[in-house]
Amino acid sequence: MTPEAIRQEVLAFLETQFDPGLSLIEWRNRLVEGGWAAPHWPEAWFGRGFSVEQTRVVSEVFAEKQAVLAASIGPRGLAAETILAHGTDDQKARYLRPILTGEHAWCQLFSEPGSGSDLAGLSTKAERDGDHWMINGQKVWNTSAHHADFGILLARTDFDVPKHQGLSYFLIDMRQPGVEVRPLKQMNGHASFNEVFMTDARVPVIDLLGGEGQGWAVAATTLSYERQGFRRRHGQTAGQKGEGRLYEEYRQEVAIANEPYTWYPQREGRPDLVLKRARETGAIQDPVIRQEIAKLHALTKANELARVRADADRRSGSNEVIPAGSIGKLAASVIARQSAHVHTLISGANAMLSGEDSPEAGVVAETLISVPAISIAGGTDEIQKNIIAERVLGMPKDVRTDTGPFREIKRNG
Amino acid sequence: MSMALSPEQRQFKEATARFFSEVSPPAAVRAFMSGETGHDGPVWRRLAQELGLTGIHIPESLGGAGFGSVELGIACEAMGRTLYTGPFLSSSIMAGCAILRLGNDDAKARYLPGIASGEMVGALLLDSLESESAWGSGLKADEMQRLHGDIPIALGTQEATVVFALASSREGLALYRVLDATSKLAIDTRSALDPTRRIYRVQLDATPAERIGLCDRKAVNEFFNDLCIALAHEQIGGASALFDSTVEYTKVRFQFGRPIGSFQALKHRCADLLLELELAKSATYEAASILSRGEDGSEMASMAKAMASDVYMSVARAAIQLRGGIGFTWEDDTHLWFKRAKSSEMLFGSPNYHRERMMKCVEDAA
Repeated sequence: MTPEAIRQEVLAFLETQFDPGLSLIEWRNRLVEGGWAAPHWPEAWFGRGFSVEQTRVVSEVFAEKQAVLAASIGPRGLAAETILAHGTDDQKARYLRPILTGEHAWCQLFSEPGSGSDLAGLSTKAERDGDHWMINGQKVWNTSAHHADFGILLARTDFDVPKHQGLSYFLIDMRQPGVEVRPLKQMNGHASFNEVFMTDARVPVIDLLGGEGQGWAVAATTLSYERQGFRRRHGQTAGQKGEGRLYEEYRQEVAIANEPYTWYPQREGRPDLVLKRARETGAIQDPVIRQEIAKLHALTKANELARVRADADRRSGSNEVIPAGSIGKLAASVIARQSAHVHTLISGANAMLSGEDSPEAGVVAETLISVPAISIAGGTDEIQKNIIAERVLGMPKDVRTDTGPFREIKRNG
Repeated sequence: MSMALSPEQRQFKEATARFFSEVSPPAAVRAFMSGETGHDGPVWRRLAQELGLTGIHIPESLGGAGFGSVELGIACEAMGRTLYTGPFLSSSIMAGCAILRLGNDDAKARYLPGIASGEMVGALLLDSLESESAWGSGLKADEMQRLHGDIPIALGTQEATVVFALASSREGLALYRVLDATSKLAIDTRSALDPTRRIYRVQLDATPAERIGLCDRKAVNEFFNDLCIALAHEQIGGASALFDSTVEYTKVRFQFGRPIGSFQALKHRCADLLLELELAKSATYEAASILSRGEDGSEMASMAKAMASDVYMSVARAAIQLRGGIGFTWEDDTHLWFKRAKSSEMLFGSPNYHRERMMKCVEDAA
């Protein structure tokens, strides 16, 4: 379909179907029926097989008309894409539609206290018990688990094979007695994540996703979408100001989804506040602080330029430039740390304060105690450096001590 | 924003890289270090005639190739990779850009074709290699256009066939051509920390000269940006080459029964350097690209010079450290890049100087 044909069809659909007086779920059911909930999905599963560009046209028309899109934010998007890629027809039929309509919220149950950077070393146990799997173990860093209906779960079904081969991927019902969710308070006082304890929790055998022992391959799909920041902000642009039941319910959904992330700008160091603060405090006159601000400015600007350069290089097909993604995460850490350092210098002794008593009503203080997260979340800087060294620079792999049966590998606890 | 190189620019980059790896291997650099003359005539002629590099940035109407700052940067980067020792920086960049930015039309017509063809080798006397704001404070022209001053650090003077100077006059800072230098221009070779870059001391005592341009502040600033951007390209070229050879070394050096590059301590240091290098490259390419678009280049020129200086030293320190003892020997070539990194760090302004210069631009813009 041409962009114009898509445009006309979406406009016609919205003209007849979109009504802010509907409930959010009623509207999204119409979206699914009309085939506009996930246009990039195959036609057999609620979609139209659209390309990225065609899908963008759809999103643009929705944004133009302030029409609310299908639910996609948070871990539910990761679950949907993984189920679409690896699920049975029965699984797709049961799970995809309530994800699109927003009836079901999902969470991701991958990391464990004993298994951070080394995800494939996880030890949550899944044992076959008749027509169910019995799950025992603990997960951590689970965003939105406290209001999730289902979880995508990675657990070990075989302890006698090498670690990557013994994993299986499950779709688990979070609303059951064997699953306990507790908030996890961070050093900055927020509780954006949870711990999830599973004690004889049960998963029907029909909810194993992919084959037994195929968990690592299935998880790779989830992780690749996670790295792309899959549709993170998608659907949050439209309808913020509209009136009617639909918009109210939508704003509530967005607020809940965004709640864990209110401090995320602070973990990036808030370099945007530096010049303003330096001027207001007079620190801009200090030659030593000026040097540090200049370093920060250079890092920030050069990082933007590096991204533009890598994009232009990729489009031109020359592939001479290091992909921005591989160094971008490290750059973000360096920038955040330098920015926190500069904020500290600018604040002087006021850096000892927090909350309303402190600069920018606590934003600076929150920055100083949130920046340590940036070099850990989504893969530590140390792991990132290993990846860069081995994949970009071609340096030799480290000696491994974890290639034998999982049971024989030294691990925590 | 900086864009990818065009296919023609990529070809040019490959051709220059090939040329300098052929004509400027470490053996040639070492021959220069122990040699008497400042430059290798046959190589200089090939550089001028085969590749047209000596006038790459000089308009076609003045005998040059008529390319912009991006192509000039490509050439400088290729020279920096192999520590090319010819007088390109002193003749084509320092003298050439000074005449382009600060010379009058007559001077352009008289000198640029010679510099572009490589037949004339220029040099420029600057009384400060640290700060453009100090220019004219140590080198002065009297009313009879005679120059007075002591230039403690000068580049390319011995090799030059024509010497220019930036000196203060009653009408302000001006560009001069030193006339018949022999009697009144005392040139002494100084002991240079970086043996790949000769340094001279030049004393002028009522040296006859001819004024060939009066400088306004804006043009002086643009000329200083030219110097910084060209040198930054040379620096990232040197840093890239040294980084590549260092990473390769970690793959073939075995200790404890494994290549040392398999140790995380070395991997992490290399990954950190790659990040620093990519950021410095991005700033440097953008600085050249801004110039070719005719925008004010001071902020990016200073950012590029500061970052390129820092990363070249970071890479140079690591290059020796990661090689261990062999890296500290005279026989190993690593110290040649280390010394070039050190001399380039301070040439045309230290990183601190440029960060401050950049900050002023940021404040003005905000």
